[in-house]
Amino acid sequence: MSAAMTQASSQAMSHAATDKRCDVSVKDVEISFGRHVVLEKLSLDIAQSEFIVLLGPSGCGKSTLLNAISGLLDVNAGQIWIGGRNVTWEEPKDRGIAMVFQSYALYPRMSVRENMSFGLRVAGMPANEIQKRVADAATMLKITELLDRKPSQLSGGQRQRVAIGRALVRDAGVYLFDEPLSNLDAQLRAELRVEIKRLHQRLRATMIYVTHDQIEALTLADRIAVMKDRVIQQLDTPQKIYREPVNRFVASFVGSPAMNFMPGRVERGATGATFSLGDLSIPIQGYPFKSPGLTGAAVLGIRPEHVLSGAEAGPNAFNAQVEMAEPMGADTLVWCRTPSGASFSVRVDSGPSIAPGDTLPVSFPVGTLSLFEEGPDGRRL
Amino acid sequence: MLAIRPRLASRLAAWVALSPALAVLVVVYIGCTTWTIWISMTASRMLPSSNFVGLRQYEALFANERWTVSVSNLVIFGTMFMIASLALGFLLAVAIDQRVRAENLLRSIFLYPFSMSFVVTGLVWQWVLNPTFGIERIGKNLGFADFKFDWIVRQDMVIYCLVFAAVWHAAGLVMAIMLAGLRGIDEDIWKAARVDGLPTWRVYVSIVVPMMGASFATASVLMATSVVRLYDLSVAMTNGGPGIASEVPAKFVMDHLFERQNIGLATAAATSMLITVAAVVGPFLYWQSRRRAAAGAH
Repeated sequence: MSAAMTQASSQAMSHAATDKRCDVSVKDVEISFGRHVVLEKLSLDIAQSEFIVLLGPSGCGKSTLLNAISGLLDVNAGQIWIGGRNVTWEEPKDRGIAMVFQSYALYPRMSVRENMSFGLRVAGMPANEIQKRVADAATMLKITELLDRKPSQLSGGQRQRVAIGRALVRDAGVYLFDEPLSNLDAQLRAELRVEIKRLHQRLRATMIYVTHDQIEALTLADRIAVMKDRVIQQLDTPQKIYREPVNRFVASFVGSPAMNFMPGRVERGATGATFSLGDLSIPIQGYPFKSPGLTGAAVLGIRPEHVLSGAEAGPNAFNAQVEMAEPMGADTLVWCRTPSGASFSVRVDSGPSIAPGDTLPVSFPVGTLSLFEEGPDGRRL
Repeated sequence: MLAIRPRLASRLAAWVALSPALAVLVVVYIGCTTWTIWISMTASRMLPSSNFVGLRQYEALFANERWTVSVSNLVIFGTMFMIASLALGFLLAVAIDQRVRAENLLRSIFLYPFSMSFVVTGLVWQWVLNPTFGIERIGKNLGFADFKFDWIVRQDMVIYCLVFAAVWHAAGLVMAIMLAGLRGIDEDIWKAARVDGLPTWRVYVSIVVPMMGASFATASVLMATSVVRLYDLSVAMTNGGPGIASEVPAKFVMDHLFERQNIGLATAAATSMLITVAAVVGPFLYWQSRRRAAAGAH
């Protein structure tokens, strides 16, 4: 075993991960605590070197799934495969994974160096090999000058870097992140987000990342699994999830400021399909309906940044009443009402000032809007 | 002028409210301590006298075999009791922390001895250890005719009986303190250690115990105070016997103060105890305040 270790590490760390097979498969996994079922028949295939984000509100089962993959939580049924091996009943240390936790989980009485090397030392790795790995990881994360400090002498961002470093020295094929940035302030979060993305590009390791922050999901992921109520609602690329959410939950959870929803009716007339909002009739000819020819009650969803306003609004524009403007620096979020009284927001450049009481010509282009069934969890039409 | 008056009034009220506590501090603690130290340097016997004799009482004290036995007993008892109760309390807490089923019940059982006074504890263990109707009798009744367990009546072993009873009494409290400490440790640390592949015992030894400094300090301070004031256990269990084999300093002071009418010697003993405690606690407090200052400067 130690021979294999030294062989793997004689190559540069950045290459080591790609040598191993490190795809992850979750097959029909079920987990329950007593009678409370947390995951039910959940399956998920993660490709080699993929960065997948499990996104969802708290209590949706995303952390449970991650803990099941790591082996910290036993599954009641189903299997977990990592790197082509069935690891369902293996200890976390034997699964070829490394993990980073929300609370950093550093060993407080040990220095940074000891934190990173302790696991390897207990596993019986030769000292010079440990030293090399720690030095490599520290350079990669720019924490070399912190190696002899205690965690209590570090800032939150530095602590999380150390925690990532402790995962890196394990030289695993699969890295698991359990809300690693949630305890940090906004600026540090953005900084470390970039760092993690860079790390993924460099290591080409498989990464599974749990978060409730949709920005992190959109920026980091190759694919996002949006979860709600223990079920994966949508598993797709960030682009696709942002543009074509499969239901109203995904549509409202992803994207900030949130998507506008306006209940109305789909109708078919001489000019093709339209969406009627009270007296207003919005042309939706060309919308890719899943079942063609559908009519009836529906909900129109459109993101504030997709609403065209002012001169861009085009021939299909209608006049909306401005109620309120929220300046957000680069742009302004303008809250309006349709003639029939439905409220929605529009994102406009912060050029000309828009005051409450003004009228703003706006239009909902068919290429960017979404239609959903009625009800809070309505599916995409 | 007007603005100052309410402030003066509130300060006066504060002083009035504090004055009983201040009076107790000055009269009882400082006053009585000073008086004790003064008396220990006089030739007082049954009644206090002001006949100054310097350190003569201390010379007599340390020439007194009963006192030297008391002091060495206290050292043996203190060391063994502290180590044993901390170790046992910690192990009990670790055992309970393994998510055992009847946790609440076990916790109550372990904590139960602490709800008894030292007098009751001493009496109970006196009976249990008594060779004629305690453990030795049970062993003989079971058919082991040669079975002997007579530590409580042996001069060389009786002090360990005191340790045993005191540990039984205190281990539950230590367990409660340690358990609170264990429960305060972030669940993620355990998870991280599992991913790192650390064996459980290694996590306890290398990670958890170093994190529980505060719990160990709290328990140690509580244990140390009960070591210094050890009196009732010795009285109830052995009354200092056999002979003077289980005498302790606090008992020496009490006996000379109220039974043997030797106030001078008693106050000299009490003063010696005070100096010993101060010699231990003083450097510790100084070290702590230095450490706090260093932490504040960071």
